[in-house]
Amino acid sequence: MSNAAATEPAAPLLQLSGIDTYYGEIHILQSVDLHVKHGELVCLLGGNASGKSTTLKTILGIVSPHLGAVVYDGNDVTRTSTSERIRRGMAIVPENRRLFGPMTVLENLEMGAYLRPRGDFEEDLDRVYSIFPLLAERRGQLAGTLSGGEQQMVAMGRALMARPKLLLMDEPSMGLAPILVERSFEIIQEVHQAGVAMLVVEQNANVSLSIADRGYVLSTGRIVLEGKASELVQHDELRKAYLGR
Amino acid sequence: MDRDRTDLPPENVEPGRPRVGVDEWVAQVDQRRDRPTGIAGVARRIGEVVTPPIRLAIVVVLAALVPLWLGEGDLFNYGIFVLLYILLGLGLNVVVGFAGLLDLGYVAFFGFGAYFYALLSSEHYGIHWPAIVSIPLVVLATSLLGLVLGIPSRRLLGDYLAIVTLFFGQAFVVFVNASNPKVAGKGLTGGPNGVADIDPVSFFGYEFTTRTQQYALLLAAGVVVLVGLHFLSESRTGRALRALREDPLAAEAMSIPVNRLKLLAFGIGAGIAGFTGCMFATLLTAVTPGNFDVPILITVYAVVILGGFGSLSGVILGAVVITVSFQFLAPENPQNNARVLFYTIILLAIVLAVRSWWRLLLVLAGTVGLGIAVHAIVAAFAPTWTSGQAVEAGRFGDLISDWVIIPQGHPDFGNVAYVALVVALLVLTQMRPTYRLLAIPAVAYLAAVVWETSFVEQPAVARWILFGALLVVLMNVRPQGLLGTPRVEIA
Repeated sequence: MSNAAATEPAAPLLQLSGIDTYYGEIHILQSVDLHVKHGELVCLLGGNASGKSTTLKTILGIVSPHLGAVVYDGNDVTRTSTSERIRRGMAIVPENRRLFGPMTVLENLEMGAYLRPRGDFEEDLDRVYSIFPLLAERRGQLAGTLSGGEQQMVAMGRALMARPKLLLMDEPSMGLAPILVERSFEIIQEVHQAGVAMLVVEQNANVSLSIADRGYVLSTGRIVLEGKASELVQHDELRKAYLGR
Repeated sequence: MDRDRTDLPPENVEPGRPRVGVDEWVAQVDQRRDRPTGIAGVARRIGEVVTPPIRLAIVVVLAALVPLWLGEGDLFNYGIFVLLYILLGLGLNVVVGFAGLLDLGYVAFFGFGAYFYALLSSEHYGIHWPAIVSIPLVVLATSLLGLVLGIPSRRLLGDYLAIVTLFFGQAFVVFVNASNPKVAGKGLTGGPNGVADIDPVSFFGYEFTTRTQQYALLLAAGVVVLVGLHFLSESRTGRALRALREDPLAAEAMSIPVNRLKLLAFGIGAGIAGFTGCMFATLLTAVTPGNFDVPILITVYAVVILGGFGSLSGVILGAVVITVSFQFLAPENPQNNARVLFYTIILLAIVLAVRSWWRLLLVLAGTVGLGIAVHAIVAAFAPTWTSGQAVEAGRFGDLISDWVIIPQGHPDFGNVAYVALVVALLVLTQMRPTYRLLAIPAVAYLAAVVWETSFVEQPAVARWILFGALLVVLMNVRPQGLLGTPRVEIA
């Protein structure tokens, strides 16, 4: 794995240009342009059925776009398989976390590192444990018996075990109590400060904009707003639509 | 991997900042840990002390002692069949238990191995290859067949995979049963007659002729397979297989090579089935299409389900329980075997349904009293309805005929009672607990009547019904299987 500084800093890590994605005959994404720079935390906001998850699926290659290109780390990956993209440093924290419930926390983390050389395992594990000391305490516990907030940590830890360059997060606040949402975003910020570029897909505009560098707003498959997070918070339309003020 | 590392990284404590991921729960975790006392606690502590190698040693020693107290015939019916089912169950456990692939064509691999070995070591074509060559060849070929079936099936999930593999399993039976292509002037598989006079297994001139020798050979093979699978299950690949079983999509998102692992599971499972097929063919000295049909599929699945999906010790326990109870109920065995099991199942079911000692006593007394009363009333008004004799009941004969209504000259009574029992059981499940307690004696008595008037006449049918009832009761006690891990999910 190369480090981020060696690649050209000006080129974004991830670039979606003119993406059109269909499910069968239904046009979901309409010429979506989006980019995430190295080490940047970007949030993608939108209500239900706005195309947030489809954007993530397109980035990961679970669905392929009809038009447009996905460029990742300088390479066109539009037609590359999901596992190849993950091998090149993408990782996802899926919606609803999707842990391997009857397996222990440690085993879940190990699965996240499946592609890493075995020699690096202990080192990766220490790094994740230092971000989430709770996971070290609970490493022998079955993941399915953890609370929602703890499961969120396992899901993030599992994704971080692959030492991703780009971490994709699908609705991290879903199903969590307000206090845990805050905690969850604290964790996201912490991971971000460790130098991982992140794209966070969220409905909760308030919290996500408070920690993001930049944000995009999707509405019925189009990017309707983009800009610095600090500016988006002030935006009247967005405030009306998502912040309820 | 070391689960008890003490060199955990220091927690990054910064004053004035809450530490992410440390909470009261963790601080109190030791106080919250459940410490069972009594029998459960002792069992758990024993379980902690008895590590897998010790467990294996105990089982092997016990198994090695079996030939000392079973004759040749019983050793074949019980010992050798238990080992064959253990081997079959272990193979299926890789596919269904480890990887979670619902493979209903599994028995075809068993049959393929058996037939292939039979053709390589019989007069059918006059080929008599030494076992040291043919067994590895058959195992390899069966594994390859598993891969060939796995390649088109690897994208199929759940029910779809089940249907495709079930088709494959049935296609195999139909194929070997049909008058298939002639090779050297003979039907490839011998059609419905199968292949007979298969050579006894021998390695470098040493022939395994006695049942004890064959049992020892199977036991050794079983230990090798078991140890191999234990290491597979404890390896990273084994955990990846479990991850695949739990959530294929999440496994894919971790970029676990899902397709390759599925093929691996198919190949290993098929290889073990192929090996078991070789052993089956040589020990029974004949193979016919009927040996590889649906009943054996159901039995192997029962072994794995009863033991608990994914549990290796479970397969052993499941195979022992199922083979022994099945052989115990065989039609050539005395009827009393089945009768004892039947009344034991009823008693167990009542214990489970009542779950309180004094109520249990009341229910049992009620059942006995009800029987005596009904028998007395019927005997007083219609003597022919109670003048029948219990079939092959031995020393319980008089007791049973004085308690259960066994009519003479009313041939349809058994069938009517059977239908009434099925209806009564369905009604029972829908009743409120209080009324159910009152109804249990009547239903239990009805069950006894059905057994004594109907099932004793048809041992073969009764065997399957009893077998099913036993499974229902056992799976109600432990839904996860005898040694399976219960699924606990909070989220």
